Parts: sequence; structure tokens; C-alpha cells
Amino acid sequence: MALPPFQVLIDEHRTDLYRFLRASVGPHDADDCFQETFISALRAYPRLRADSNLRGWLFTIAHRKALDTHRARGRHAIPVAELPELVAEPLLNGGEPELWRAVEGLPLKQRAAVLLRFAGDLAYREIGSATGTTEEAARRNVHEGLKKLREVWQA
Amino acid sequence: MTSIEELLRGEGDVEDAAARAAERAAALARAEGLADVSYAVEPSPVGDLLVAVTPRGLIRIAYNAGETTDIALEELARRVSPRVLEAPAALDDVRRELDEYFEGKRTGFDIPVDWRLHDGFSRRVLRATARIPYGKLLTYGQVAAKAGSPRGHRAAGNALGSNRIPIVVPCHRVIRTGGQIGGYTGGMERKEYLLELEGVRT
Repeated sequence: MALPPFQVLIDEHRTDLYRFLRASVGPHDADDCFQETFISALRAYPRLRADSNLRGWLFTIAHRKALDTHRARGRHAIPVAELPELVAEPLLNGGEPELWRAVEGLPLKQRAAVLLRFAGDLAYREIGSATGTTEEAARRNVHEGLKKLREVWQA
Repeated sequence: MTSIEELLRGEGDVEDAAARAAERAAALARAEGLADVSYAVEPSPVGDLLVAVTPRGLIRIAYNAGETTDIALEELARRVSPRVLEAPAALDDVRRELDEYFEGKRTGFDIPVDWRLHDGFSRRVLRATARIPYGKLLTYGQVAAKAGSPRGHRAAGNALGSNRIPIVVPCHRVIRTGGQIGGYTGGMERKEYLLELEGVRT
């Protein structure tokens, strides 16, 4: 088995990747984040083992790019170094700013897990590999994150 | 009522935005030298062609792009590099020369060829084929002889049948002894079309 052509791989996953990034960093930064994910993945691609979980690998990179963007914003927007996960403006992904504010307030691991699950459509096993944890921990993070969102945002 | 799970997908369709972002990223990647293979589908009088180039030159033309693209790209990924990107701008020179050829304004191609999909006898046969002038014909035996194997007309036929760069490496100019037109990778109709374009009566 050989690695598929990169274009074929990206065409298959680009919509889910983009949706995840838009949910993570907001519509304003989604394009840049997507581009950085694309370029980083392409650079590393020939060295990847062909039997890797390619979807999980792409989202690992996207997840890291989203974290970088958050950290950069944290430096710019918020002087309190120990709270980098809080950003000043809500993501405004659609008409529910309260929900997105609640998403922003989640601990990093839970926020990533929740967004990888519901915006990126990843399986728990893939979330585990993308965030450097186990499938079980990923499941727990999604569960805890959702619970908090329900408490904060009651429709 | 919409569930939290659904709301987390965000509003609206991201398909178009994702496609545009991917297109821009591919163009940037190529500008940074990260595209080992660039390809596009080009319309032509003989149907949609898959055309692929590397930094070394033209490496692939495939007829019936709609059906052949997947397999052709997989071969390029396996044999050249998996860094295969759709990048129409990389094909500008090839596109221009092909257009001129089909308009009857060009009798030879100036774009360099990347021979990496061919080796050994096949490559020798195809290199000899590449030197056949516009509108001229050779037989399989003559091409085999030019490739250094006077008795290899059958092997030469196989090599021509495996030509990964038809049109530019003009295997349509090779015919059977006795004037029969012989086979062609793109089908007989295309071989006849190209020969007629070049002013050869078939």
C-alpha cells in the first residue's frame, strides 16, 4: 500500500478540516489556519508511513495549528499568562454567541475534543491520536465538555 | 430545537470556503517548491486530458481524464512523489503548446520531458519516437532499430502502448509495416485524428 496523492487526501478531508478550524479559531482566522495545516502536512507527507491513520494525522496538525492561533491571540489580547484559553472576542460562528463563549471557556482538552468530535466529525480513537491521549480519555473529554456546555448554555 | 451538537458544526455550508482555501494553499505550496507533481485536467479536441508536470518537465498525459485521473495520480504518487497537487498555473506552458499544436500552428514541442515513468528499452523506444518529425511515419520495426534492437518490433509495440506522454511523445506516428495504422493508447479514432491534423492521409 502506498500513500495516496496528497490532493486526493486533502480533497477527501478538507471540508471537515475547515469546519473544525472555523469552530476552533473563528471564521476570520480559519483560512490562514487551514493554509498552515495544508503546508505543514504537505511538507511532512512523504515521510509518513502509508499505514498511518491519515485522517487522524491531518487533524493532529490542524489541532496544533488551532492551539498556536489561540496562544498567539492570548499573548496579544490577554495579559494573564495562565489563562491562554480565554480570548477576548467570541468566535461568532453563527447566531449563538453565548454558546461559542461557553466553548471558549472550556478547558483546552475538552474544547479540542468537543470540536474535533462535532465540527470535525472525528471518531473517538482519532480524537485520541490528534490530541495525544487515549480513546477513553477522548470520550471522557467530549462528555465532560458537552456537560459544561449544557450547564452554561441552556436553550 | 437545534441541539448543541448540531450548533457546534457552525452555520452554513463550508464546502465552498474549504475548496477555495485548498486551492489557494495548493498555489502557495507550489510557489514554495513543495509540489513534486502538479496536474490539471485540460480540455482538447481529443477530449479531456489529464496533464502532469514535475520540476523536470512533462511527465504524464492521459486520455479520458474523467476515468483515468485516479489511476494516473496514484502511479505518480507511488513512482515519483506523493506530493501531488492540482495546480493549473504549473501547466501554463504545456497548455499553450498543446493549444498551438491542435490549432495546427506548432509542429514540435519545446517543453522538456521527464522520462521517469519509463526505463530500459521502453525509454529508448520512446526517445526514438520523440525524434520522429511532425507528419512523418515510422514502422514499429524502424523504431525498434533506432532503439538498438532491430528485431524488437513486438517489444517496441508494447513500449509504445505504455507511452505515458502521448501526443507530445508522438507514438501516433508509428504504424505497421505495409501501411496499416496499428493500435493506439487513446483508440484508433484519436490516432487518425492526430495524423490527419499533421497532414498524413490515413
